[in-house]
Amino acid sequence: MSEAPLLKVRNLRVTYPGDEGDFVAVRGISFALGRERLGIVGESGSGKSTTGRAIMGLVGEPGRVEADEMRLGETDLLRLDERGFRGLRGKRVAMILQDPKYSLDPVMTVGHQIAETHRCHFQSNAKVARAAALEMLAAVHIRDPERVYALYPHQVSGGMGQRVMIAMMLIAGPDLLIADEPTSALDVTVQHQVLAIMDDLVRRRGMGLILISHNLHLVSAFCDRVLVMYAGRVVETCAASRLAEARHPYTRGLLASLPELGRRRTELPQLQRDPAWAMEAS
Amino acid sequence: MISLDNVSVSYGSGARQINAVRDVSLSVSEGEAFGLVGESGSGKSTVLRAIAGLIPHARGRVVLNGQEMQKHRTKAERKTVQMVFQDPYGSLHPNQTVDQTLSMPVAIHGLGNPDRRVAAALREVGLGREHRYRYPHQLSGGQRQRVAIARALILEPRILLLDEPTSALDVSVQAEILTLLARLRRDHRLTALMVSHDLAVIAHLCERIAVMAHGAVIETTTADALASGKVTHAYTRQLLRSNRGFDRSGAEIVDVVS
Repeated sequence: MSEAPLLKVRNLRVTYPGDEGDFVAVRGISFALGRERLGIVGESGSGKSTTGRAIMGLVGEPGRVEADEMRLGETDLLRLDERGFRGLRGKRVAMILQDPKYSLDPVMTVGHQIAETHRCHFQSNAKVARAAALEMLAAVHIRDPERVYALYPHQVSGGMGQRVMIAMMLIAGPDLLIADEPTSALDVTVQHQVLAIMDDLVRRRGMGLILISHNLHLVSAFCDRVLVMYAGRVVETCAASRLAEARHPYTRGLLASLPELGRRRTELPQLQRDPAWAMEAS
Repeated sequence: MISLDNVSVSYGSGARQINAVRDVSLSVSEGEAFGLVGESGSGKSTVLRAIAGLIPHARGRVVLNGQEMQKHRTKAERKTVQMVFQDPYGSLHPNQTVDQTLSMPVAIHGLGNPDRRVAAALREVGLGREHRYRYPHQLSGGQRQRVAIARALILEPRILLLDEPTSALDVSVQAEILTLLARLRRDHRLTALMVSHDLAVIAHLCERIAVMAHGAVIETTTADALASGKVTHAYTRQLLRSNRGFDRSGAEIVDVVS
């Protein structure tokens, strides 16, 4: 790659202190991200969401984020304080969470929420912000933006809610989008519509995308590259299209435990975990 | 074992009436595992609830174990049909220990010998004695779902209704629960009716599968036919594509009402 990577993370560690010693949620992971679609897969508790939150500066007290290097373009994320992060979030890096029901403000119309993001980042007036929000709603394939603008979150379906979230996250034009299980709460057919919209926008704007998911099929079909996480470590990195040929016993175990159409087994293999995986150098 | 004849469920009346289930008929023979797939709002869970007797105003005939169900079910009839719900976080009482959760149905049905029954049920689902006096928040998602399964099994039902039993779980835990369900079904000769939106999960456990959309069954097929892609309805084909991972063709909207 000729250009500098969009995001560079070297030896990231996230620690939560506790009464019985520290809990290390992320244990020294390193990766670089260009303008590509990177998938992070792993089970719950493997540290994939925590990694996303650390990049956004959302690991709250008393959690500690340490790294040898963590850069977003030219910005050193390790030196940013809360104020600095606030200027970064939305404009440079944005995050989409799993369930739109919980991430949208229930007492504000969805259009208003999108417009507010615009006003906040561009100090625009109400009229300009409204126009931008309507345009953004149209960009996420909402057929009647004027009508949807005036709806409250409880009045929209899950798929539409997630499209509203995408609109809100992309309105300030970030370079990097972190999507944490963006479609897990949606029906399969709707999932694909939402992913297709997200994919189109990310490509057209030349953004980087980190897709965090536990769904191996989805990640291997959607992303360019995949990181497999186990117990806070990256155990394997591979091209998404070659996930089926993954070599690490953990990845192989995850793949084997998925039931498959057309391959009926009386027993699904149980995933055997080896504590050594969490220790070995990645 | 299960026979539904034109079962319909609707809510509201007049212009605001919603037909959640429209004239669903199906039959499941003893010992069979039958699957229902479809998206949210297609009425699949409502069918399960109607069979379980949780919707008294359901219309149509429900025959279980040779007996036609009336509006009010007897204790014995309720004991025959047990259900496992989707969300193990929501379906267990947070203030009751596993022991209390499992002893309750034994007491209600007056089965006697609760101590031995609880111990046996826990063993059956692969939980140890150490789990017996824990509260749900002290258990993992997979362990909670095992408790929910134990609670259903402790009444020795003939029919097990499974409403998305693994969709809240990690794939590795899903594999464990699916294996457990397959074994229990074999050991107890249970008739099972399972609902899921994941075709691969359904096809793993069930022989025959019905596809639902907008409250109606649009196609009844088999796991083998699904695997080989021999399905007739356009909507089923789309579900099949969507289940194979991200694919742009899966994003097209197929109109189910023809």
